[in-house]
Amino acid sequence: MPSPTRERPAPAPRPRGGERHPVVICGAGPVGLTLAIDLERRGVPTVVLEKDTAYSTGSRAICWAEASLDIWSRLGCAEPILERGVTWEVGRVYYGDQEVYHFDLKPEHDHKHPPFRNLQQYHVEAILAAHLGGLGHRQLRWGHCVTGVARRADGLRLEVTTPDGAYDLEADWLVAADGGNSTVRRVLGLDTEGTVFRQPFLVVDVKVKADFPFERLFWFDPTFHPGRSALLHRQADDVCRVDLQLEDGEDLELERHPERMTERLAAMLGDHPFSVEWTSVYTFKCRRLDRFRHGRVLFVGDAAHQISPFGARGGNCGIQDAANLGWKLAHVVQGRAPEALLDSFCAERTAAADVDLRTAMRSNHFITPQNAVSQTLRDAVLSLSRSRKFARRMVNSGRMSRPMPLLGSPLTTPDSDCFAGPLMPGSPCPNLSLAANGAPAKGLLDVLGPDLSGLYFAPSEDAVAAEDRRALAELARRPWPLSTWIVAAPGTAAEPPVVGDVRGAIWETFDAAPGTFYLLRSDAYVAARWRRFDAALVARAMARATGWPEGEPCRQRGGDGQAP
Amino acid sequence: MGKLRDRLALADPDGFYESLIHLHEGLTDEQSRLVMAKLVLLLANHIGDAEVLDEALRIAREDLLPRRQAGAEAA
Repeated sequence: MPSPTRERPAPAPRPRGGERHPVVICGAGPVGLTLAIDLERRGVPTVVLEKDTAYSTGSRAICWAEASLDIWSRLGCAEPILERGVTWEVGRVYYGDQEVYHFDLKPEHDHKHPPFRNLQQYHVEAILAAHLGGLGHRQLRWGHCVTGVARRADGLRLEVTTPDGAYDLEADWLVAADGGNSTVRRVLGLDTEGTVFRQPFLVVDVKVKADFPFERLFWFDPTFHPGRSALLHRQADDVCRVDLQLEDGEDLELERHPERMTERLAAMLGDHPFSVEWTSVYTFKCRRLDRFRHGRVLFVGDAAHQISPFGARGGNCGIQDAANLGWKLAHVVQGRAPEALLDSFCAERTAAADVDLRTAMRSNHFITPQNAVSQTLRDAVLSLSRSRKFARRMVNSGRMSRPMPLLGSPLTTPDSDCFAGPLMPGSPCPNLSLAANGAPAKGLLDVLGPDLSGLYFAPSEDAVAAEDRRALAELARRPWPLSTWIVAAPGTAAEPPVVGDVRGAIWETFDAAPGTFYLLRSDAYVAARWRRFDAALVARAMARATGWPEGEPCRQRGGDGQAP
Repeated sequence: MGKLRDRLALADPDGFYESLIHLHEGLTDEQSRLVMAKLVLLLANHIGDAEVLDEALRIAREDLLPRRQAGAEAA
C-alpha cells in the first residue's frame, strides 16, 4: 500500500493574473481546509494557496479533540475522520517502570463524539481536501506560495510564486493558515512572542505490528531512556507516534542517524519488528502574535500561535480558530455584519489561545524542568506520587484539550436570569446525541442551521404561545435570520422543527424549564439565554452576537454594513 | 493510615505548581534552597499538629534514590 505521505496532488498551473477574489486562504493544512469548507458552505468562494505539493510529511497533529470533531460534524466531514481514526480513552504515566498516574477520558454519556480520535494529519488533510472538492471548490492551488502582500485602499494585492513563475492576485481578505513558519507572517514583518524551551525532542512515526494497548503512554525516567521523558501513542494503520526527549546540546543529526534511532526504539519497543516512517526534531514553543487581525489579513492556527504538544492543544486550537472565523468572515463579506465582527475573532481567539498556552507552559515546566530547583520540585512530585494520592494529581505529562468557554467575549449577553449547569453564555454547545441508545448517532449540532439558532424548551409544539410564534416568525425573516427549534419534553421523539430529547440529556444539560430560550451563535456557542422568551431581548442579543454596536437595531441588508 | 491528608486538597494543583516554579525565578540555587526552607517553616507552623508534622517528616525521607542516580553510579 503506498504511503499516504507520498500522495502528491498535481501542482496547479500558473494563472494569467488579473483575478480578484473575496477571500484567499494561504495554507492547505487542517485549519485552512476547515475554513475553506466552512466558507464554501456559506456561499463564499475562496482560493486556497499551498506552497507544498504534498500533504503533510509525517503525522504531526494526531489527537483530534471533541471540539474539532463537533466542528467537522457540523461541516459534514466528520464521518471519514471518525471511521479512519483510532480511539483511546486511557492515559498512563510511568515514573521509571512504575505506573504513578492514569486518567480515563471516558466518552461523556450523551455526547455524540468521543473526547479524542487519533488520526495522522496527512489523512485528515486528504479527507478535508476531498470534501472541499466534493462541494464544488476548484481553487485549491498546490505549489503556490504568497511571496508579497501589498495593502491598497480597497483590498490587498498578493504576489504569488509558483514553479512556473509568479503572478498577482487581488483579494479583499487574506487568511494566513500557513503554519508555524508562516510565510505571510514573515512577509508582513510580524513575529510571535513568547517562550522557546531549549530541550529538543525527537519525534518518530514507527510502523509496528504489536499488541500495544490503544492508550497514551508517557514515561518519566524510563529504563529505556534514563533521565528523560518519552511518549508512545497510537495512530491509524499500525503506526505509533514516539516522542523522545533529548538533551540540550546533543548532536541532533547524530540522534536522527538511523542506527542510533533504531537502537533507541528497539529499547522502547522490545522484540517487535518495526520500521521508521518519519522523524523530526522539535523544541517546545509557546508563542503567539499580539493580534490575530492585521487589517485585511487574519491569522489562524500555528501561523497565529505555536502551542507545544503533549496536550493536543495546537491543532485543535487551530480548528477552533477556523470555526470562529468562518461565519464572521462570511457575514462581513456578504455585508451582513460590520467589519468590527472580525475584531471579536481576534479578542475571542487570543483569549482562548492564552488558556492553551498557559496550560502548555505548565506542562512544559514539568516535562522539561528549566533549572535545578524545578528539577528538584519535579522529582519530589514524582517520588511522592509513588505512595501519595495527592501527588499523582500533580504529575503533569500534558493536560489534554477540553471544550472551553469564550471568556469575556464582546458578542455574549450576560445572564439576567438564574441558571445552573455548565452552559453559561460563551460556552460551546455540546453535541448531544439525539438518538436513542443503539440508533445511528445524530447530534444536536448536526440539525442546527448555519445561522443563529434558537432553542425553545416547551413540553410540546402546541405549548408555545401564539404571540411567541409570531415573534419567532418575524425574527426568522431577518437578513441574518434566527432559526428556532422547539425542544420537546424529555423522553419524546419528534420531527423538525421540533427536536426530540429522547434521552432527556438536552433539558438537563441546558438546565431547562418550560419556556427557557437559548440563543446560539453560528458556531454553536451560547450567545444568551433566558427563562422566558422575550422578542425584544432576543433581537438585541442577536445584534450583539453578530457584531452590531450595543443597542443598535438589526439593520437591513446593504444598509450601513461596512463590508467591502 | 496516619493523620496526614493523602487526598488532593488543592483546588488548582497545576496553578499551585506554576506558582512554585515562578517563586524561584531569578534566584540563585542557594537562594532557592533558602526560599524552600522558609516555605516549609511557614507551612509547618501553620499546621502546628506535631503528629501530622512527624508523619510528613518521615514520608519526605522515603524514596530518595531516583533510578537515574542509581544508573549513574552503576556506570
